[in-house]
Amino acid sequence: MMPVATTFFFYFLSIIAVVSAIVVITRKSPVHSALALITTLLSLAGLYLMLYAPFVAAVQIVLYAGGIMVLFLFVIMLVNLEKAQLEERFNKQWQVALIAVLTLGALLIFVFEKGRSVFPQTVTNFPENTNTQAIGLLLYRDYLMPFEIASLLLLVAIVGAVVMAKKRV
Amino acid sequence: MAEITTLHYLVVAAALFLIGVIGVLTRRNVIIILMSIELILNAVNLNLVAFSRLYNLHGQVFAIFIIADAAAEAAIALGILIAFFRNKETVNMDEVDLLKW
Repeated sequence: MMPVATTFFFYFLSIIAVVSAIVVITRKSPVHSALALITTLLSLAGLYLMLYAPFVAAVQIVLYAGGIMVLFLFVIMLVNLEKAQLEERFNKQWQVALIAVLTLGALLIFVFEKGRSVFPQTVTNFPENTNTQAIGLLLYRDYLMPFEIASLLLLVAIVGAVVMAKKRV
Repeated sequence: MAEITTLHYLVVAAALFLIGVIGVLTRRNVIIILMSIELILNAVNLNLVAFSRLYNLHGQVFAIFIIADAAAEAAIALGILIAFFRNKETVNMDEVDLLKW
């Protein structure tokens, strides 16, 4: 049941994801960053497909690359960024931040090295054609309460965004 | 070439997470900081989906919840950003220092 060329596609997609993530945090122009972030999101959707999660991949493309990134681009257009682009990109504490992140990375590598043996060696074989159906059943049966809370959260977020972006607060 | 295991996905997710943390900690532009937060959330999502491959579908449901949360967070944060820009005419994070002494 192993798909063909899994290894090649994994490295291809993950290299694209990581490189464009680096582009996101290094470019001067926020529009370039947003485009690089879309590339990262799309390659992550490809990785989800490789992990037999087609529904999550579709939601990733529709909601993230389609919805959230359009929101970002709208705000980039609304806010005048000309002045900010001429200024220094990184703040003064970047050395300290880099040291902290390197420590975190070393910790993660340590944890992976120690904990790699506890993973189950076998993968579950999901049925490929009923993934969406299975997720729907889980969402509306086991996770009905969190699902309703998520809808409430989105409602509150809409109201909050409208209130905060209103002219006179 | 070797077979792709869960650990490979975890390493990619960790790399994305660290890049996101670097972005949050070092950039001055608020919009880039919000994008870095999206990177962090995506790294977590990749972890959840990779682990759901080992056990059952619950991880994918969690990933969907996190995407919904990310949408709510982005809407709120960008609303705050617009309100802030209207008041101070800047998008630089280190100029947001009203609560600093």
